Amino acid sequence: MGTENQPNPPATGQTPNAPVAGLPASQKAEAAPAVPAPVALPNPLAHLPHPFQGVDYLLKGYHVEATVEPDQVVAAAGHLSEEGFALDTITGVDWLAQGQMEVVYDYFHPTRNLRAVVRTRIPRDNPLITTISTVFPGANWHERETHDFFGIQFQGHPNLTPFLLPEDATYHPLRKDFTT
Amino acid sequence: MIAGESKLAAEVLGARAPQVGEVPSASGRETFVINLGPQHPATHGVLRVKLEMDGEYVVRAEPVCGYIHRMHEKMGENRTYAQFLPNTSRIDYLSAMTYTHAFVGAVERGLKLQVPPRAEYIRVITSELNRISSHLVWWGAFLLDLGGFTPLLYAFDDRELILDLLEGICGARLTYCYYRIGGLYNDVDDTFIEGTRAFIAHFRPRLKMYRQLVTENVIFRKRLLGIGPISAEMCRRYGATGPVIRGSGVAYDVRRLEPYSVYPQFDFEIPTFSESDSMARYLVRMEEMAQSLRIIEQALDKLPAGPVMAEKVPRVLKLPAGDYCYAVEAARGRFMVRLVSDNKEIPYRVKLRTPCLSNLSLYEEASRGMLLPDALALMGSLDLVIPDIDR
Repeated sequence: MGTENQPNPPATGQTPNAPVAGLPASQKAEAAPAVPAPVALPNPLAHLPHPFQGVDYLLKGYHVEATVEPDQVVAAAGHLSEEGFALDTITGVDWLAQGQMEVVYDYFHPTRNLRAVVRTRIPRDNPLITTISTVFPGANWHERETHDFFGIQFQGHPNLTPFLLPEDATYHPLRKDFTT
Repeated sequence: MIAGESKLAAEVLGARAPQVGEVPSASGRETFVINLGPQHPATHGVLRVKLEMDGEYVVRAEPVCGYIHRMHEKMGENRTYAQFLPNTSRIDYLSAMTYTHAFVGAVERGLKLQVPPRAEYIRVITSELNRISSHLVWWGAFLLDLGGFTPLLYAFDDRELILDLLEGICGARLTYCYYRIGGLYNDVDDTFIEGTRAFIAHFRPRLKMYRQLVTENVIFRKRLLGIGPISAEMCRRYGATGPVIRGSGVAYDVRRLEPYSVYPQFDFEIPTFSESDSMARYLVRMEEMAQSLRIIEQALDKLPAGPVMAEKVPRVLKLPAGDYCYAVEAARGRFMVRLVSDNKEIPYRVKLRTPCLSNLSLYEEASRGMLLPDALALMGSLDLVIPDIDR
């Protein structure tokens, strides 16, 4: 027992002043900050044909992220599966103002300190995306839940019926325009 | 039919025992459907399982979830970060401390708050106490599932000591809400520290007794050995974590692999068993309780003095726009909070990734071809808390 314990790998990207993708350059609005040229954060998934970028784990809670086209999520899931990743969760974010639905795929690695996030955006009025349950069977329930809450249609899903909502539910409570 | 002896029983009855993974109805035999739950004691809450049976063998077990769905994630979108704190104790009510830890951790990450070391040490102590109390409930209830009543009484006897300790510091016995954004509700007193040391001294021999009383019991072992194998690969495909994946020989533990809080400062082992059966998952949890005691002991020895609340916690909490994740090792596996902020007082999105949902999602595949009593032993070894699945 406990034979497979690994020493803690060094946390990636601990450069304190490094600008972080997706965040404003500086929260404190320093005048002419002495920010050097953007330090490339480690990207252990650079060899994959997806736009993965290193992220400061201490700020965000994951190591790499990629925003892909909606037709690439299955390919991304397949590549991450080959790398040994496990599916953490799938969820949506309703960007009402932009008329978009964001689908977020979280992955963790069972043997490495490595968390990956894959995102994509689809039109809010026609939220269609291909299921990844063909790659990760665990995606089945996560996609059913995301369909419950956001009305996102996962094409090719074996059983896209209400999961947590009542079996006759026709509403999607996490849509920002949902009112009771 | 005796559980755990599928082949033998089938031979006696002249039937061919289906192999795990095989669908008996493919043989053209008639099947029938029975409902397990939603009010069945073996499902520990309101879970319903639609069982398609071929005699005593499970052809297909389809869990039906949502009976205790409360839409915590929607509640997160219509109240402030601090107002959502009590909700975090009500997802997995048996390990409320760790769940609150993940939520405050995500908010602190977004605010770049530095939590005082004393607060982090106390978080570790209380989280590990909570892990033991959670495992004790599982242990008692699991044995109850298998037909042994007495262990439940022992388990609740010991758990009571932990609940008294935690009640002493935060006033609650189950839904603690003890961690606050930036620190703790209040400091621990000497009564708690002495009481925790006394509990460690009391519980070590109890664990030894449990081993002699239950773990080495031959009837008990026959119910679990070789029953319900879940391979490491199946865990990966379904995202199963916690004692389930560690019972498949993978040392995946968020405390070690994705370290948070002050866990890197403690010396403890991640128990793994490679047998992948229900017994392996049982042994992982029993060994984990001993490891939690080690962590608590070290944390008490090293407990630094100082404040338990960060100095500059803003009165109005606004996270910079963006998303923030924080994962913890809860008693049942990986629990992660994903916050999306649009720089307002109220979160734009609160996603709760709970371990039981992923752990149960493999049940349909894992239980195929099993005898019904064995399938229930497998379900017990997953340690389900239904509100954790349904949220």
